[in-house]
Amino acid sequence: MSVINGVDMSVTLAGMTMKNPIVVASGTFGFGREYGQFYDLSELGGICCKGLTLHPREGNPPPRIAETPMGILNSVGLQNPGADRFIAEELPELRNHDVKIICNISGNTPEEYGEMCEKLADAGVDMIEVNVSCPNVKCGGLQYGTVPEMTAEVTECAKRHAGQVPVIIKLSPNVTDITLIAKAVEDAGADGVSLINTLRGMRIDVNTRRPILKMNTGGLSGPAVLPVAVRMVWEVAQTVKIPILGMGGVAKGEDAAQMLLAGATAVAVGTACFADPYAPIRTRDELAALCAAQGLTSVTQLTGAVQPW
Amino acid sequence: MPMQKICKLLTTRELAPGIFSQVLEAGEMARQARPGQFVNLSCGAGLLLRRPISICDVEGDTLRIVFQVKGEGTRYLAALRPGDEVDVLGPLGHGWEYPEAGKILVVGGGIGVPPMLYTAKQARHGAVAAVGFRTAALEILTEDFEAAGCPVRIASDDGTVGYHGFVNVLVSRELAADKAISCVMACGPKPMLKSVYLAAREQGVPCQVSMEERMGCGIGACLVCACSVGGHNRHVCKDGPVFRAEEVDWA
Repeated sequence: MSVINGVDMSVTLAGMTMKNPIVVASGTFGFGREYGQFYDLSELGGICCKGLTLHPREGNPPPRIAETPMGILNSVGLQNPGADRFIAEELPELRNHDVKIICNISGNTPEEYGEMCEKLADAGVDMIEVNVSCPNVKCGGLQYGTVPEMTAEVTECAKRHAGQVPVIIKLSPNVTDITLIAKAVEDAGADGVSLINTLRGMRIDVNTRRPILKMNTGGLSGPAVLPVAVRMVWEVAQTVKIPILGMGGVAKGEDAAQMLLAGATAVAVGTACFADPYAPIRTRDELAALCAAQGLTSVTQLTGAVQPW
Repeated sequence: MPMQKICKLLTTRELAPGIFSQVLEAGEMARQARPGQFVNLSCGAGLLLRRPISICDVEGDTLRIVFQVKGEGTRYLAALRPGDEVDVLGPLGHGWEYPEAGKILVVGGGIGVPPMLYTAKQARHGAVAAVGFRTAALEILTEDFEAAGCPVRIASDDGTVGYHGFVNVLVSRELAADKAISCVMACGPKPMLKSVYLAAREQGVPCQVSMEERMGCGIGACLVCACSVGGHNRHVCKDGPVFRAEEVDWA
């Protein structure tokens, strides 16, 4: 059902066609089982699964979450069952729904990224989203996503092993100029980019003088980051020709429309799910209503249509 | 199955300074609620995260919650008046597993006392309660236990009410005196839970504990409320809040 309120909501992101542009963001939706208790996952355009690593990970010690003004900080630390168990136990269940499956992957070496791409492509996932906000163990723990050459190396390795499955790179906002990284991954052959990952932040309990998070710092998400995300999507859209999956603080239809106008082809809803499990569905319907009110026949008419001063 | 519902607040009452008892019209959510489960409540548009609150009691279509004002979220809830609406997710989590036979000893410390009321009420073969408070002024719900036919042993940190000391001593005494008790169920601060577990273990009685951790989604998707159980990170909201005490990595 891709027509809502007389608006064609279908979009094609890097060759992957979805019935609507609403994806749920990695790390906020698990592998879908929990939110699937509230609604049919087929209502969504796509599900971006909890970030996977080659081997299972226990993640960071708690507390892993702190509330901030209109946002949250998290430091889950990539807790996940590993790519093999995902393929064996979670993917078959996800395949019972008519929804595109995007797998988010993290690695410590380009070879790990490559190995995961091969496994996931063989398993038939619809898209791979590469998290480059991980430390490069061969390079003193520097994050891949902060150095254009390193991001490009991971991109090439992922593309080489992903076969026909489109590969998008999830960009970190914690850089001086995100367009340099975006250009580097485009040149390295990425099929698209997704942005933004979380912003590094910190919150301190003034009485105990301890950070709330056990890891001291964490990633900021939620409505507080929306304007940063919209700005970065807009900048990247002017720099690269590959499509953009926009995310960061989207909680309602108007937020999603801003992302599209800034240049995104599809939009992910993340942290908003914690406040309202139905946030992705509501965002989709509000976006359709907004398009209808503006007399649009297709949601794709919003993409890149911002008119800057 | 958890559900989301806009619930009407029926009554609100301050039981002790900063501790509030509220009854919500919750329909099917109340009918599905099991002892040891919790609800996750929206605290207005200004706060992003819901606040997890244990279920204190269930009567028909109503849920009773008892919580302490700790910050902005609970302050918002405490200010609600009868007739106001609250956005509630629930019932959530994995509750207590009742033994096939024997009495249960329910143990609560401070704001860990409320969930033990419904837990005691649902016991098929009787329950005894051991509850601890910092001081007499913060004593809550002891009359409710008695009204439900559940004998109550009380301890206070400062000796202003009941036994002067911690609740684990009451647990040791009760288990030594009453061999009909086949299970201990406890909720409270982590050091208290550990001491209650050790007291129960000494008497050879199995113990379950309700754990607490800062939560995000409340349903098991975001993985923030980690708790180490059996050497692996489990999640308080979905795998818990109730765990077998001997499996918890107490550290």
